[in-house]
Amino acid sequence: MRSWGGLPEHPQRSRSLNWRDELAECWDEPTLAVGAGRSYGDCGLAASGEVLCTTGMNRMLQFDQNSGVLRCEAGVSLGDILRHTVPAGWILPVLPGTQYVTVAGAIANDVHGKNHHGFGTFGRHVKSLLLQRSDRELIECSAGNRSEWFSASIAGLGLTGVILQAELQLKPVAGAWLQCDTVRFRELAEFFALSEESDQNYEYTVAWIDCLHARSRGIFSRAWHIEDARPAPLREPRFRVPFTPPLSPVNRFTLRAFNSLYYHRQRLRGHPDTIPLGDWFFPLDSIGSWNRLYGSRGFRQYQCVVPAPVVRDLLAIIRRSAQGSFLAVLKTFGDLQSPGLMSFPRPGVTLALDFPWRGSATLELFAQLDAVVGSNDGAIYPAKDAHMQGADFRRAYPAWETVERLRDPRLKSLLWQRVTEDS
Amino acid sequence: MARILIVGATSAIAIASARLFAARGDDLVLAARNEERLGSLAADLRVRGAGAVDTVSFMAQPQQDYQGFAGRVWDQGLDCLLLAHGSLRSQDRCQDDVTASRREFEVNALSTICLLAAFAGRFAEQGAGNMVVISSVAGDRGRQSNYLYGSAKAAVSTYCQGLRNRMHSSGVRVITIKPGFVDTPMTAGFEKGLLWTQPEQIASGILRALERGSDVVYLPWFWRYIMLVIRLIPERWFKRLSL
Ligand SMILES: Cc1cc2nc3c(=O)[nH]c(=O)nc-3n(C[C@H](O)[C@H](O)[C@H](O)COP(=O)(O)OP(=O)(O)OC[C@H]3O[C@@H](n4cnc5c(N)ncnc54)[C@H](O)[C@@H]3O)c2cc1C
Ligand SMILES: NC(=O)c1ccc[n+]([C@@H]2O[C@H](COP(=O)([O-])OP(=O)(O)OC[C@H]3O[C@@H](n4cnc5c(N)ncnc54)[C@H](OP(=O)(O)O)[C@@H]3O)[C@@H](O)[C@H]2O)c1
Repeated sequence: MRSWGGLPEHPQRSRSLNWRDELAECWDEPTLAVGAGRSYGDCGLAASGEVLCTTGMNRMLQFDQNSGVLRCEAGVSLGDILRHTVPAGWILPVLPGTQYVTVAGAIANDVHGKNHHGFGTFGRHVKSLLLQRSDRELIECSAGNRSEWFSASIAGLGLTGVILQAELQLKPVAGAWLQCDTVRFRELAEFFALSEESDQNYEYTVAWIDCLHARSRGIFSRAWHIEDARPAPLREPRFRVPFTPPLSPVNRFTLRAFNSLYYHRQRLRGHPDTIPLGDWFFPLDSIGSWNRLYGSRGFRQYQCVVPAPVVRDLLAIIRRSAQGSFLAVLKTFGDLQSPGLMSFPRPGVTLALDFPWRGSATLELFAQLDAVVGSNDGAIYPAKDAHMQGADFRRAYPAWETVERLRDPRLKSLLWQRVTEDS
Repeated sequence: MARILIVGATSAIAIASARLFAARGDDLVLAARNEERLGSLAADLRVRGAGAVDTVSFMAQPQQDYQGFAGRVWDQGLDCLLLAHGSLRSQDRCQDDVTASRREFEVNALSTICLLAAFAGRFAEQGAGNMVVISSVAGDRGRQSNYLYGSAKAAVSTYCQGLRNRMHSSGVRVITIKPGFVDTPMTAGFEKGLLWTQPEQIASGILRALERGSDVVYLPWFWRYIMLVIRLIPERWFKRLSL
């Protein structure tokens, strides 16, 4: 078991949990329940080196087609849910950038999507949770019932217990198609203007930026659901990276060429495109195991949220470092509050970038970025993180002490050990 | 819409198959020994589109009343029977243990044969239907690393050959499925390499076999040739190999 970014150097041992009755035998060693391993850093790795993989707990238990409430096990993937609910007229209200994420993974990191400005985080649509503790206690919790457990478990990084089941409120949808349009922007100021205007009128918005370009040009995309009865099943990857190449094809020259090509290639038609929902929500899923393209050294993602003006400072630092990535995403968060105590999204702009791992050079860059994020009261996203300093974490997530108090003593991630035990 | 009985319904290969049946809207009868597991699986298959889903408790053991079991689930007849239960305990630990050897043979061979015996007459009388049995490539040749499991699967494969021959004239099909290495709870402790397959692939192979009306199916297909080569090695040399 390795994380999406290729951590740690020696893969962790993984045990499969397929049925809840098997859990009774899994508590002899400290562990961490994990999902599909789509987190980039070490929040999905166990401090003990032994993870408990819950993707085999993937049964949907009840789906009420009138109310749109789905009860399911922790390990069902979001794509699997969509395959069954979209034809019936219901969609998950919040979707991250890949369909392979599990329900429990989406809850534990309280993931966000391209509609954060309208729908907030995944946790806002969770009605209740079933947690199993190592002392055999079974905790059913919701906003109105044992709510302390509920709010500590949403964005709780898997620490409060093994999530066995969840009840989700889905959102009505008219079909499996969206319309999307794209607008180029030549500099950051244009992005801010576009974002402010679009977030009022469009359900989904997101931007790609060319982080190597002096003025941070980019492409702003927005989309909305349309009524269209044609089925559009989620596709399997069209291509799979079969193995990790010894030398990564991602370097500063290919990046510059790539970004330039991408920016100019975007056909900016006057009219919007109609696309299947999978192409809008999960563009990266069209290439299987794309993370291997970063070679055996892997890569890191840096995702933070900061007040809008600070984005300029961060981008300047990245440009100066001449490191940078093709996957550079900007999105303005709304102010909808999550029930989760340690939820990452907060008002501001989130910036996410992939960096090929270059050891100390990468860490130096991250330290510079951290300083800016920290002094502007920003936060780094634990789902993507493998470097954040304990002090920065504790400042940005002051509720960590409540989570630590409710943490199951047998569950601990490498991330938690790193950010809470360094002082 | 077919009516399908799956024995060993909580096995990974059975679940993957059942989900494909559910997507077609089939009616399912699920039999397994763990009722809580059966309950959540039945719920899942309903959400995934199955018609009626019933569950019955089934344990492969000497005192099992196979005729009674068949009588209870037969009801208005079945279009398809899928036998998918099985056990793969470590050869090392069972080989010199008489009780363990007998129990493994019970689960992998005798229970399957008893089930087939209990249903064969009913299917013959019905004059239609499919009896699908998951055997294994391990039954094609005995090897020191798993000859207890292998000999039970060999018994099952041979029994199915004979049964197929008998049923041919009555229009009932007997399909032997021989999977290679599949990544399931049964093989959780094994190192996985290139030859390994996911249970979903085996499941689509089973549905394909049903559509085509195949007799003996190796899944994935290349195992037919691997096993052909393995069967061709003269015993004089084979016995020296550490397989
Ligand atoms: C291509 C790509 C795009 C992405 N886009 C986005 C995005 O747009 N927005 C966003 O927010 N995130 C995004 N992510 C990150 C991803 O959504 C999160 O990392 C998510 O948590 C991964 O879920 P997982 O099932 O892989 O869980 P893992 O990564 O395996 O685990 C994540 C956390 O969940 C906990 N957990 C898992 N299962 C259980 C359980 N049964 N009980 C208790 N705890 C459990 C783990 O302990 C861990 O803390 C993206 C990731 C990728 C690879
Ligand atoms: N995995 C492979 O590599 C492989 C290769 C070739 C053939 N096969 C065959 O494929 C079939 C399915 O196996 P799988 O790989 O999917 O394994 P699995 O998930 O481990 O399933 C084994 C099933 O057998 C059931 N079972 C065990 N002992 C039983 C008993 N005494 N009475 C009733 N049920 C019993 C188990 O029930 P519980 O859920 O209650 O434990 C479980 O449902 C088996 O016949 C197996 O021999 C597997």
